[in-house]
Amino acid sequence: MTGWRYTAAAVGVLALGLTACATTTGTGSKPGAAAAAKPVEKVEAKPLPKGLDGAASTGFPSTYAPLPSRPTAFVGATILTATGQQIDNGVVVVSGGKITAIGGPGTAVPADTAVVDAKGKWITPGIIDAHSHLGVYPSPGVSARSDGNEATDPNTAQVWSEHSVWPQDPGFNRARAGGVTTLQILPGSANLFGGRSVTLKNVPSLTMQGMKFPGAPYGLKMACGENPKRVYGGKGRSPSTAMGNVAGFRKAWIDAADYTRKWDDYRAKVQKGEKADAPKRDLQLDTLSGVLKGEILVQNHCYRADEEAVMIDIAREFGYKITMFHHAIESYKIGALLAKEDICSATWASWTGFKMESLDGIDANAALLWKAGACVVIHSDDPIMTQRLNQEAAIAMTAGNRLGYGISRAEAIKWITANPAKAMGIGDKTGSIEPGKAADLVLWSRDPFSVYAQAEQVYVDGALTYDRHDPKYQPKSDFELGQTGQGAFN
Amino acid sequence: MIRSFLLAGVACAALAAPAMAQTIAITNARIEPVSGPAIPSGTIVLKDGKIAALGAGIAPPAGATVIDAKGGVITPGLIAPSSNLTASEVSGVRETRDDGTGSALSAAFDIAYSVNPASAMIGLARDGGITASAVTPVLSGAGGGAHEHADDGVVEDMTAGAAGAGDPPLFGGQAAFVRLQAGDTDLVEGSRLAVTVSLGESGARAAGGSRGASIVLIKSALEDARAFARNRAAFEQGATREFGLSRLDLTALVPVVQGKTPLLVRVHRASDIRLALKLAADEKIRIILEGAEEGWVVAPEIAKAGVPVILDSQADLPESFETIGSRLDNAARLHAAGVTVAINGSRDFNNLRQERLNAGLAVANGLPYAAGLASVTLAPAKIWGQADRIGSLEVGKTADVVLWTGDPLETTSWADKVFIGGVEQPRDSRQTQLRDRYAAPDNGLPPAYR
Repeated sequence: MTGWRYTAAAVGVLALGLTACATTTGTGSKPGAAAAAKPVEKVEAKPLPKGLDGAASTGFPSTYAPLPSRPTAFVGATILTATGQQIDNGVVVVSGGKITAIGGPGTAVPADTAVVDAKGKWITPGIIDAHSHLGVYPSPGVSARSDGNEATDPNTAQVWSEHSVWPQDPGFNRARAGGVTTLQILPGSANLFGGRSVTLKNVPSLTMQGMKFPGAPYGLKMACGENPKRVYGGKGRSPSTAMGNVAGFRKAWIDAADYTRKWDDYRAKVQKGEKADAPKRDLQLDTLSGVLKGEILVQNHCYRADEEAVMIDIAREFGYKITMFHHAIESYKIGALLAKEDICSATWASWTGFKMESLDGIDANAALLWKAGACVVIHSDDPIMTQRLNQEAAIAMTAGNRLGYGISRAEAIKWITANPAKAMGIGDKTGSIEPGKAADLVLWSRDPFSVYAQAEQVYVDGALTYDRHDPKYQPKSDFELGQTGQGAFN
Repeated sequence: MIRSFLLAGVACAALAAPAMAQTIAITNARIEPVSGPAIPSGTIVLKDGKIAALGAGIAPPAGATVIDAKGGVITPGLIAPSSNLTASEVSGVRETRDDGTGSALSAAFDIAYSVNPASAMIGLARDGGITASAVTPVLSGAGGGAHEHADDGVVEDMTAGAAGAGDPPLFGGQAAFVRLQAGDTDLVEGSRLAVTVSLGESGARAAGGSRGASIVLIKSALEDARAFARNRAAFEQGATREFGLSRLDLTALVPVVQGKTPLLVRVHRASDIRLALKLAADEKIRIILEGAEEGWVVAPEIAKAGVPVILDSQADLPESFETIGSRLDNAARLHAAGVTVAINGSRDFNNLRQERLNAGLAVANGLPYAAGLASVTLAPAKIWGQADRIGSLEVGKTADVVLWTGDPLETTSWADKVFIGGVEQPRDSRQTQLRDRYAAPDNGLPPAYR
């Protein structure tokens, strides 16, 4: 954090911890509450009509409730805690949806706790995919359900991916069978500003709201590089070049800074009890303003190292922070810079050369970044790969070990658990096996870095949500009923 | 400029390699011949480009270069059963894609002419233990049924069929087979080995819109090819009825109707697979199935017809209405029914290295280990008519051999040494050179000087 040049206000917000800026629960903040606080003079400060105060809007509230659970102890497994530890013959105790104890064979198991014999098995935190389009680009991939790219303007910061999520996407179930318990659902990369991301608990739900991760901050999907200029250049519009991309980013941030100033002025006046006219709420600028205030995390699709460096300078110019570069296939070239700036890089291990900006992809990208002390995330962007992020991480780990780096499983597991949790602003809630964290756990048949490993049981907030050996816990989407593939798990 | 410099470097390294294979003995290895049971600890001898001996009690011949495998695993070189390696460089760059016919030709498109032995992707594939590949044209009616990659849909947009004007052609063209030896200017081992065609959604598009048209048009084309073959003279004199395809396309289909080369049929839905099997029986032609996500539904019928299948074992999503029944145990079920199964890597992401892991995934989902190994070696060799020379470790076969650090289907193993025709291959690729440049310590100068 020290290397960053924030405005004092932004530093203040960040110092509270990113997750303190929770924007999704819908509880605890009432519209107009801030505006109504402590009027100095007796000027009538009417709360703004519903829907007109962007800062008070926390999105449509989460209705997520964990599935039923009971206190459980997993005994005898090899545990990767994602805090850097591998515990052999370990014990994890779970109660009330939280992890209550973790340790070696001597760890006490409280009375009235169900015991799962996990000898020979491995336990990891639930897998977190920081780059998913499940629900917004669901299966089947037909145009009627192609809801991931609002490719009508290079700036669509006003759209929210959660409003496109189809919770019946069978891909959610497949991902869960691969151990995925939390997903960041992003808009696509057609636009410079694609819109807000949403973080979901990977539980079967009739509604998107029933999956929304309580307390998770929003992200803003940005895309540099080839996609925006291809999409809009192809329509004879700006951007059609890399410099057009950058001009588009800067214009939007200027507008956002101006909008932020107007709202800040308004609130200051209200605070002082002066008469004030509220600016008209603008959904697009609300989101960008949320970034400038440090409440919304920038999730920036960007392949090339040189373009990442330009994006970092844009962020400096306007005083915001880039949380993570996605598809950051060239991050290995600037590992030291990314470590200094505390920006994570989300990457695949094995995809390369499918477009010009991916030409320099190497399987050791993650390992070189790790060696440089930078934050590494292995992501999928793909409904197939998301089912085996453990293997993708294994490929990345192996590429490093081929160089003699000696990357342990205890380290590499962070790339698909603790690190994406951090980059999604939920690192205090999930992503590692520590007392107090959510009991999001995967019980693996064997070493999860093996090609032969299978997730046998998947727990979300302490509740069993998938069991490879019990058809009762193999949820199927409505779409799959009556179709050929039913029961694809057994 | 950097790129051409690197390519030149690779080529020089390759040319510097000995043209004649030395005698090499690899000792202390677990040997997986594929054609027979594993040898837990043995020696393999490579001589004059061929496998001279293998077994537990083999002594290295005098003068042989001895390599201690230290318990590593030896397999035949892996074979990609259907890829665009050497015919497509960067899938998102149209100018580098020569794996589709466009609108000029249909069955006559010959991908052997597209092969670029200097492709920078060859080294990457070889680094993953791939020593040979079937090179097959893109689907006719490209895009149908294929997964649209959400964030980078560019791949689909750039396939030749989709980019061309008008309807895509009915047939995709003719397949070739390449071996990946460094420094060779001609990698093509065989050409015109099959004609590709799509059924289902892609086939429907190529046939003008629906499934009902595609089989009719394919049967009509085969009938025309037969008539053409029977009396070429009449055709030359303009004395035949009008044929639906050009002279070139008909010529390409003649070996198919004669049963000499197969149709490679890309097909997904169970009902479409049945149509393909019936087409083969009615027309007395040979076919290979590719895709076959719902193959498990009709596994006994495929087995009974003796038709081999090339599949992607990762496909388990109803990504389209013709892959509703996709399952991770498709390979296992097909194998159990007696079907020859070959497993593919990823076509457009230059990720043929995924092929061996896909075989491992199939094993994790019930495919016997031996069948998993065969699915990336002997099975594709048989499918493409190469099994007399490659695909298994047998005395007299060509020495395309890989020494692995461990289980070749495992994520944590890698190809330590790769031999093609008994010659050890360079271990570098564009990717490893990039890796080594940026893994190198800072020397105070820009990385371009490393």
